[in-house]
Amino acid sequence: MYRTHILVCGGTGCHSNNSGKIREAFEEQIKQKNLQDDVLVVGTGCFGLCAVGPIIIIYPEGAFYSGIKVEDVPEIIEEHIVKGRLVEKFLYHEKALGNKPVKALSDTNFYKKQTRVALRNCGVINPEAIDEYIARDGYQALIKCLTELDPQQVIDIVKASGLRGRGGAGFPTGVKWQFAKNQNNDTKYVCCNADEGDPGAFMDRSVLEGDPHAVLEAMTIAGYAIGSHQGYIYVRAEYPIAVDRLKIAIAQSREYGLLGDNILGTGFAFDIELKLGSGAFVCGEETALMTSIEGHRGEPRPRPPFPAVKGLFAKPTILNNVETYANITQIILNGAEWFASMGTEKSKGTKVFALGGKIVNTGLVEIPMGTTLREIVEDIGGGIPNGKKFKAAQTGGPSGGCIPAEHLDIPIDYDNLISIGSMMGSGGMIVMDEDNCMVDIAKFFLEFTVDESCGKCTPCRIGNRRLLEYLDKITSGKATMQDLDDMEQLCYYIKSNSLCGLGQTAPNPVLSTLRYFRDEYEAHIKEHRCPAHVCKRLIQFKITDKCIGCSACSRKCPVNAISGEIKKKFDIDQAKCIKCGQCIATCKFGAIIKE
Amino acid sequence: MKSIADIMAIRDAMRSHVGLRDNADAEKEIHIVVGMGTCGLNAGARTVFNTLVDAIEERGLAGVRVTRTGCLGNCEDEPVVEVHVPEKDVATYKNVDAAKALEILNNIQA
Repeated sequence: MYRTHILVCGGTGCHSNNSGKIREAFEEQIKQKNLQDDVLVVGTGCFGLCAVGPIIIIYPEGAFYSGIKVEDVPEIIEEHIVKGRLVEKFLYHEKALGNKPVKALSDTNFYKKQTRVALRNCGVINPEAIDEYIARDGYQALIKCLTELDPQQVIDIVKASGLRGRGGAGFPTGVKWQFAKNQNNDTKYVCCNADEGDPGAFMDRSVLEGDPHAVLEAMTIAGYAIGSHQGYIYVRAEYPIAVDRLKIAIAQSREYGLLGDNILGTGFAFDIELKLGSGAFVCGEETALMTSIEGHRGEPRPRPPFPAVKGLFAKPTILNNVETYANITQIILNGAEWFASMGTEKSKGTKVFALGGKIVNTGLVEIPMGTTLREIVEDIGGGIPNGKKFKAAQTGGPSGGCIPAEHLDIPIDYDNLISIGSMMGSGGMIVMDEDNCMVDIAKFFLEFTVDESCGKCTPCRIGNRRLLEYLDKITSGKATMQDLDDMEQLCYYIKSNSLCGLGQTAPNPVLSTLRYFRDEYEAHIKEHRCPAHVCKRLIQFKITDKCIGCSACSRKCPVNAISGEIKKKFDIDQAKCIKCGQCIATCKFGAIIKE
Repeated sequence: MKSIADIMAIRDAMRSHVGLRDNADAEKEIHIVVGMGTCGLNAGARTVFNTLVDAIEERGLAGVRVTRTGCLGNCEDEPVVEVHVPEKDVATYKNVDAAKALEILNNIQA
């Protein structure tokens, strides 16, 4: 019996910050102290507060240590493990409490407003140990389905829970399953969309890395419900940790008889295969994803027929996102009413968001539907760093839009976000402050979709390219007001004529920034000015009278654009300046400005 | 291949193992603190600590948490054990050994 568990985060953020080495150091030094029978070192999935990683948590105290380096390991072992004293300097310091140390992760503001359903095991169990998953009621939902419920009852529970697809579009999951069940066909498929491609989104990745069995169990339940015996997980090869843990989890499940010909002796057969995608964004679109699994080039096909009727290999197929599956086991175990008690009228349960951008607590959060954007940004996210002002939050990635400050108090759910011109999307949330140019943001997302357009249909392939050219014209100050109107028309044309979701939503970032920040577009066009001082072709760097003539900037300038006499004001040659910003970063006197 | 009964057995066996990581109800739990500074350790606090943890596991006591702390200040009384029962005064026991530790547990159970 271990008296102490040291949990070391093994999510992608902490992992790339050397948490693997930290875990090894703990294991090695625990052994040196001959404590290996008392202290267990566990690698877990993401704890959520990625901004202060690498994170470790020591139980039973629940002490939450952040920003740990390999060198810190001996001190933690000596102080905490041997002497039993909290190491205060490594505890997380909450800014909202005047930088006071907080003992447990659950005591932080970041954590208090969260409700963890899909992430319930992330950062708690070792994702590579099936027994730990079972200890947390893992596979109980599957046993309940196989022994107590018939397939229709399972679907009825999922329907009654009000669960909607977490991939972004929000289609009711139970209804989708019902369509597939109603198809009379011996061969059906259950697919999992783990091709998370939005810039800044890492929800599905974290679920797969932290709790892979939850997805396997839910897919097996789905197979039982619709009458399928084969599942596929389409996961991107760029998620090596997720892929490894899925492989381990599948092998363990097969060994335990939780996947295979005769699951737990009940006679039900189901197996799951991994398919690795190569990272094409369009393969996150359901028909393109299935085409890719079939071994063809990942291009979308027209709907109808919908996948539930004619999907993978032309058989009835259901395709759900990772986070959707992660909710299923909890719905079966706790009941539809429990799930439906969380959230808003039409959006039940919780939603995981990946918080990023200009926010203090970058990381992974799970909140009940109906939480306001203000609560996410200010309370959970800890606000905007460096005393800057909130400008907008971008949700839904390249398919979504931005939510400006005036809508900070809107309760977040599927329908509310659509009504203000954004969308839930898979859950990426990028916060922007006053230093972000909204035209530049729209351009960034459009560059992404232009790169990722598969080229099958013309509106998307050529329309988006033309759209990007308009934006380029605007950000270089050469556009006219007529261009702005034409651009808006083009957006609607692309939306209504593209074949798949990628093209149909590609103009959304442009439309939503136009809706809320038209004045910024007009400033670029009419005044040839970028209000946020971002668009390089519309700004100049200038040295003010604060300059003391130290020459630090001129030595740093990569193109030798800055010259002057020592102890006198320096000057920037505008013809040479490439606006890289290195001089501003170098100047200790704040003497260089953008205008 | 496992049967349903096997899965249930794994769950029951592993529950207290993973349960150590659940401190959602920490405030409602009985909390036993063992002083394990240099003084306590030399006086045999580790034996006391291990005895407590093993006995709790053996008796299947839920809602009792054993943690260690540093020196509590009165080194001549070590090993010192504090018992925090929610909404009650803290009880402090001195010169605890394995036998006394079990007695303390009996008291808590009673």
